[in-house]
Amino acid sequence: MATDTLAPPMAMPGVRIKSELMQQRVRAARWFLLPMLIALAVVAGWPLLRSIYFSFTDASLNNLYGAEWVGFNNYLRWTTLDSGKTVYRGLLVDPKWWGAVGNTLRFAAYSVTFEAIFGMIVALVLNAEFKGRGIVRAAILIPWAIPTIVSAKMWSWMLNDQFGILNDLGMRLGLLSQKVAWTANSDTAMTAVLIVDIWKTTPFMALLILAGLQMIPKDIYEAAEIDGVHPVKQFFRITLPLVRPALMVAIIFRLLDALRIFDLIYVLTPNSDSTKTMSVLARENLFDFDKFAYGSAMSTLLFLIIAILTILYIWLGKVRFDGGDR
Amino acid sequence: MANIQLRNVRKAFGAVEVIKGIDLDIQSGEFMVFVGPSGCGKSTLLRLVAGLEDITSGELSFDGKIVNGLAPSKRGIAMVFQSYALYPHMTVYANMAFGMQLQGGGKEEIKKRVEAAAELLQITPYLARLPKQLSGGQRQRVAIGRAIVRDPKVFLFDEPLSNLDAALRVATRLEIAKLHHDMHNVTMVYVTHDQVEAMTLADRICVLRDGLVEQVGTPLELYENPQSLFVAGFIGSPKMNFLTGKFAEPFKAKTIGARSEHLEVKSNGSGLWKGEVIHSENLGSDSYIYVNVGSDEPLIVRENGTALHQAGDVLSVGLIEGEKLHKFDAVGKPFDA
Ligand SMILES: Nc1ncnc2c1ncn2[C@@H]1O[C@H](COP(=O)(O)OP(=O)(O)OP(=O)(O)O)[C@@H](O)[C@H]1O
Ligand SMILES: [Mg+2]
Repeated sequence: MATDTLAPPMAMPGVRIKSELMQQRVRAARWFLLPMLIALAVVAGWPLLRSIYFSFTDASLNNLYGAEWVGFNNYLRWTTLDSGKTVYRGLLVDPKWWGAVGNTLRFAAYSVTFEAIFGMIVALVLNAEFKGRGIVRAAILIPWAIPTIVSAKMWSWMLNDQFGILNDLGMRLGLLSQKVAWTANSDTAMTAVLIVDIWKTTPFMALLILAGLQMIPKDIYEAAEIDGVHPVKQFFRITLPLVRPALMVAIIFRLLDALRIFDLIYVLTPNSDSTKTMSVLARENLFDFDKFAYGSAMSTLLFLIIAILTILYIWLGKVRFDGGDR
Repeated sequence: MANIQLRNVRKAFGAVEVIKGIDLDIQSGEFMVFVGPSGCGKSTLLRLVAGLEDITSGELSFDGKIVNGLAPSKRGIAMVFQSYALYPHMTVYANMAFGMQLQGGGKEEIKKRVEAAAELLQITPYLARLPKQLSGGQRQRVAIGRAIVRDPKVFLFDEPLSNLDAALRVATRLEIAKLHHDMHNVTMVYVTHDQVEAMTLADRICVLRDGLVEQVGTPLELYENPQSLFVAGFIGSPKMNFLTGKFAEPFKAKTIGARSEHLEVKSNGSGLWKGEVIHSENLGSDSYIYVNVGSDEPLIVRENGTALHQAGDVLSVGLIEGEKLHKFDAVGKPFDA
């Protein structure tokens, strides 16, 4: 009884102390974030704003500062001919651009899907107890550790139509009836790019998933063993739901990477229309064709497309970045 | 409804032998408790019975049928883990129903069983919640509920109460005792290192030490006739008083033991030992006084009511009329006379 009457006045200072603590934490957090925000503003924010600005001008490489405002002309403009026909021009009606968008989306979808599947398999294997696991874990990271330029060059030799080891192997084993120009042939170029990318980034995916797998307590599997859960069911009913948060974060990392893929394609299949992605096309226009404003418009659209896809993914996938829903 | 037999069961992890040849019969419907100090192999032995670990050598049989190679799910057992081991992404209901669903039970039947178990354990209001939305005690009851739903022949518990606070531990202990009473013919094997839990729950206690059975018997047998110094010291709280050397010589023993509840202060000075009170603990209903009689450790004497003796008092301590002094020989075996 005595404590009942005492409780309210006791509780009041408690609440205030808590919120003061909270405020202090928020203040500290802001200070810690500040350096990163400044760095981001300088290296990402400013260039982004400049690109967006240039996309609304007629800038060219040798006339950056004298560029004039042209509104949406780089994106879409039209003229009505004497015959009454209206002709549209600009990025939004450029088949080359939409081809590149298609290539990028196709590449991202295939590569991320296969990387997620293979990454999951590799992670499950690495999560099992066996001798020499540490060495295997380190070894599997090697493809990820090699710089893309190096591995792309390496693969381009392996895929070479005359001297490549893949053609040689395929011929000897009777899998190929004639040598294939993997990277030059427009039917196989995308496949070649996908193979190299999957080879390179599956380890990264596997490691992120492995981290998620290791968060799952072992005793749950013992309970499942007593419940008599078949291993396949165990994976789909227990492992997959529990590793899902880590998997979703891993996929979003890879998706962002894949949507702005540049270096691998630039080295492996330059000038192939069947693999040219948004980034490659934007760079080409910016620097090779001296259509700086047009390239900036591409960069801006690329940014918008990635942003929209990412937001959609986070929203639809209910992704949480705090590492779990437990 | 299952007799469990262990015949020379051994378990080694690599080169280290943890279970060193255990023979034990657990009767159908019995409540068997494994106790022993940390690391003696209690959990390992339980996991061997469950089938979560492979038996290195020896035989384990249920109702006379050897089950060494049988999968855990086929043994008719249910296990309650110390860490609860609930599926974190499933509701309480799904956690309890999961095993039966896999076995292909009918929806209605599952619902009936889960609800009956929930009723029994008073967790009906939480059926739609996730484990993380429950308190430790509630989680533990869900874990027990999941075991009940499986309708096992054998219940296995590995220190199910050790994560609960004192009050909840007592309450849950009662619930488990009641459960055993209500579920006739269900064999229960229970691991604990808390000897109070062992004494209150067990039909029989198996004291393990270093991978071997030290003694098996009813709580009273173990309390009254410990078959070794180790068991004498392990069963009972506070620990039995042991005296050696010149204190034991008059009794022709290597070690003598007396429980604190069998000692009293002899006001007329006729006790066996004399010493100064160095500390007293007051528990309200009774109290323990620590008397320094010159041995390695002070003698602990239980008194009814609150402590009448203060530190510094010099007392004479002796056995209560009719109580027994435990005598042990050089290898720690008890003897009479
Ligand atoms: N998987 C394992 N690999 C190697 N050694 C193990 C393994 N599991 C248990 N041990 C060892 O076996 C011995 C017995 O372990 P166990 O878990 O059965 O002890 P316990 O009696 O349950 O102890 P506690 O009361 O602390 O739970 C310990 O020395 C432990 O180190
Ligand atoms: Mg244990």
